[in-house]
Amino acid sequence: MSILVDTSTRLVVQGVTGKEGTFHALACREYGTKVVAGVTPGKGGIVHEGIPVFDTVAEAVAKEGANTSLIFVPPGFATDAILEAADAGIRVIVCITEGIPTLDMVKASRALQGRAVRLIGPNCPGIISPGKAKVGIMPGHIHKPGRVGVVSRSGTLTYEAVGQLTARGIGQSTCVGIGGDPIIGTTFVDALRLFQADPETDAILMIGEIGGTAEEDAAAFMKAYVTKPVVGFICGQTAPPGRRMGHAGAIISGGTGTAVEKMAAMKKAGIAVVKSPAEMGEAVASLLPSAPARRRVARGAARAAAKPKARAKTKASTKKAKRR
Amino acid sequence: MKIHEYQAKVILAEFGVPVPRGRVAATPAAAAAIAQELGGTVVVKAQIHAGGRGKGGGVKLAHSPQEAEQVASQILGMMLKTHQTGPEGQKVKQVLVEEGMDIRQELYLGIVIDRKAGLPVIMASSAGGMEIEEVARTRPEAIVKTHVDPATGVTGFHTRKLGYGLGLKGDLLKGGSDFIGKLYRAFWVKDCSLAEINPLVLTGDGRLLALDAKMNFDDNALSRHPEIQALRDLDEESPLEVEASKFNLNYIKLDGNVGCMVNGAGLAMSTMDIIKLAGGEPANFLDVGGGASAEQIENAFRILISDRNVRAVFINIFGGILRCDRLAEGVIKAVKTLGVRLPIVIRMEGTNVELGQRMLRQSGLNFITAQGMKDGAEKAVRAARSA
Repeated sequence: MSILVDTSTRLVVQGVTGKEGTFHALACREYGTKVVAGVTPGKGGIVHEGIPVFDTVAEAVAKEGANTSLIFVPPGFATDAILEAADAGIRVIVCITEGIPTLDMVKASRALQGRAVRLIGPNCPGIISPGKAKVGIMPGHIHKPGRVGVVSRSGTLTYEAVGQLTARGIGQSTCVGIGGDPIIGTTFVDALRLFQADPETDAILMIGEIGGTAEEDAAAFMKAYVTKPVVGFICGQTAPPGRRMGHAGAIISGGTGTAVEKMAAMKKAGIAVVKSPAEMGEAVASLLPSAPARRRVARGAARAAAKPKARAKTKASTKKAKRR
Repeated sequence: MKIHEYQAKVILAEFGVPVPRGRVAATPAAAAAIAQELGGTVVVKAQIHAGGRGKGGGVKLAHSPQEAEQVASQILGMMLKTHQTGPEGQKVKQVLVEEGMDIRQELYLGIVIDRKAGLPVIMASSAGGMEIEEVARTRPEAIVKTHVDPATGVTGFHTRKLGYGLGLKGDLLKGGSDFIGKLYRAFWVKDCSLAEINPLVLTGDGRLLALDAKMNFDDNALSRHPEIQALRDLDEESPLEVEASKFNLNYIKLDGNVGCMVNGAGLAMSTMDIIKLAGGEPANFLDVGGGASAEQIENAFRILISDRNVRAVFINIFGGILRCDRLAEGVIKAVKTLGVRLPIVIRMEGTNVELGQRMLRQSGLNFITAQGMKDGAEKAVRAARSA
């Protein structure tokens, strides 16, 4: 398995005739993703680089059986593209676009609530299930098929983490970039729930950053429901308060959203938190079955002792997660 | 983006939010003229973006036009220091001169985006004048909150919940509801990230007024609000950051001496973190964008080296798709064009990484290549120390 995207993914690229859209549609196809259609309103009927182009997502679904969408549409039109994909019955929508106004996302995310659709991003690198499908802008070749799930708010920092894993021979089940904006479709908690339920994911690497409380929420969720080993890293430990660090969502405001708080919450939840971004790969390696037995046992024992109740609950929650 | 109090009050007045009478002045004489026009006691308030102006001596009462002139001459031109300005303070160029108020009660009203809920949240508190974060810590029961669904906007139950929470009754509840509805409308229409009235005052004659006003705007939505963009005050921003923003570079100046140039915000933050772990201090946050083109590299270098504290530069690029030979070419060209003499440590990943490193070594320039971010950070910190 893997989560969200795999060999059953049939991809439609919205904004396919633009420069970025073209480049990445081809890179996804080259990786092995089934890129079945593109959408650019007004250009329906042409074949662009071998990809049939339609005026609407609905046509791409009807004629090519698209079930996943990758969006490269300018920020002012991106939420419209998201809503169009949802309306057309797309199952997984990945929005790469950076710079979407927050209130546009307020409306769009409210409109998606309660529907059987999963939005990833916006302002994210996308998703890759190595060896199966790449739906995003990440460099495919740094990945390796395997059993570690990666979830992150960042783009290039995720590549750094994946690079460290692959260099140690550790493959990934799926890598999900959930995006750096304040309002995003899929949160850490959503991704963790999927990884916990995925039988082909043995361990999880979670990369957070300053701003908001998504990591604290994830820590609470992990304490209650996640039995797989998790390594965590939070970037922005040296970021000054009140400043937006590149990502729209990466800001410490009113004293909340600091790396210190997030790292403390994650440690308290039993997560192996590393301080240095250079140690992410090594920390994952030490938690995997091939690691020296002594460490693994010590950690397992600590977890079991710390939260006997949480373990009892896990079965039910796993079932629930599978249904979603 | 932030704006000044007087600008926020002009916007709020357009939406019908009641604000005190008053105008902005850039000279003591103009302040006196406004005081004359308003009559009676006036308040002279320094206009800088940072909060805490009163405690820093930037807000003063004046009982006559002469006194207003005198007070304004003290405030105008001063380097006002508050807990938000940093030790050097911020120069005051304008003052807002407003009618004095007979204040019966100070309340708080604010709207922000609740990221977890994905919705705007309106917060009201009877503890006006205090910072809301402080109230949240010490008297959380004094804060009433309500989320607003974009499908409905603010409706009667929202404003009743908040109004009763503030202890408003009868006509005041009606006035309060009206106030909240108008503030929310301003927040929504202008794409705010924050709209805060602190304090919202109840006057002796039973009126509700925005005594202070703070509005921040979503940078991502500025393109559809040219009228808000026009309110940007570049004097409130660091000159290097203004320069960087012209080239779409995300640059934030810090106090250390290791300059960093990184692609991607998350990796840029982690690069700062690892410099600190290696025993150094980052001089800046700098994200050149996911692609890191040659032009961006040159602009980034120019800005980096204008910071005189920088003793060494650490370039950390995880390209992947990006070709390292192109990156090396861009770096070499930028260093030659700009005559950079600082030690430069480069860590790069991507296609053709060996070729890129060979080009750097053979360039005859002072490059130090690194394997991985830890090695790079350690080499950069060492170089900054011995420079």
